[in-house]
Amino acid sequence: MSAQVSPIDEVKSTPWSGGKSPFQAEYGKIMMWFFLLSDAFTFSSLLISYGALRFSSSSWPAPDKVFQSVPGLLDSGAPLVFVGLMTFILILSSVTMVLAVEAGHRMAKKEVLMWMVLTVIGGFTFLGCQALEWSHLHHEGFWWGTIPSAEELKHLFTGGNEATYSVYAQQFANLFFTITGFHGFHVFSGVIINIIITINVALGTYQKRGSYLMVEKVGLYWHFVDLVWVFVFTFFYLV
Amino acid sequence: MSSEPTDAHAEHGEHEGMTKKKIIQIFMVLLGITVVEFIIALLLVPKNIIPLHYANPIYIVLTLAKAFYIVAYFMHLKFEKIGLTLAIVVPILFIIGLILVLTNESHYWVDLRG
Repeated sequence: MSAQVSPIDEVKSTPWSGGKSPFQAEYGKIMMWFFLLSDAFTFSSLLISYGALRFSSSSWPAPDKVFQSVPGLLDSGAPLVFVGLMTFILILSSVTMVLAVEAGHRMAKKEVLMWMVLTVIGGFTFLGCQALEWSHLHHEGFWWGTIPSAEELKHLFTGGNEATYSVYAQQFANLFFTITGFHGFHVFSGVIINIIITINVALGTYQKRGSYLMVEKVGLYWHFVDLVWVFVFTFFYLV
Repeated sequence: MSSEPTDAHAEHGEHEGMTKKKIIQIFMVLLGITVVEFIIALLLVPKNIIPLHYANPIYIVLTLAKAFYIVAYFMHLKFEKIGLTLAIVVPILFIIGLILVLTNESHYWVDLRG
């Protein structure tokens, strides 16, 4: 370095000067994050609307009265048990997914395959539980635009003006089926994507490619679905 | 499935952030928080040990804690470059904005509904 280098000729080496990825993350992964952010806005809009409607209501169906059955076992008397099981299954499938990602970093194809298969099974189990939950509520008379008779509604509320029960029960039914339905649709698409990725793992596509980044990206989506369920669970079943 | 650079692996320096042991730890935390929520909902509230209007904020705090663990560890956001983390976390402020606006709006609906 004998000659004086003018400032304009200096080679810039900051992260944002070009030539390398400033986030040090692969393009598809960043795009998955941005998609999830937009999806978070969609779910927030749904959940916050639900919150505002419920907050402004003078009464609301009590969760431990509405959700107190274990389909196939108990018709009543077991509040939150079934949804607890569903929550457990979804968290568990999130764990198997993160284990698949971890195995992918070690390029352990067999382990990735095993954990991916378990994740798919977890996803299907959750969907099955949700189908049972939906059909149970449907048999009780809840559906979009449909609610149980006024006599039955009295058992689902814990106070408030009886004349308003039907209005709030209807809002509850519409919001419940719309929001859990939208979430269930996400789980369903997640399972389909997981199956595609699992097949690719089995075929050795990522082993040949030298990286299991695709597992990581679909993992992000799957964790997001779990994340949304955490909120749905709190605001529909607990609060 | 676009062509991913085969050296993409090398770009991610911090994979060591999640080991099997760590994953099991986080799972236990998530499970523990959920169990606490159930204890509150099934035991403490029905027996009036905690009134419902105290239980609700507790549920929300516990839910946000679960959300943090899922996003930070399972989704690995804690170990990404700070720029990427901020790009994802800062827009969440808009959601807080919507919560504030609609809470305010629902106060007005209460009056409307009488």
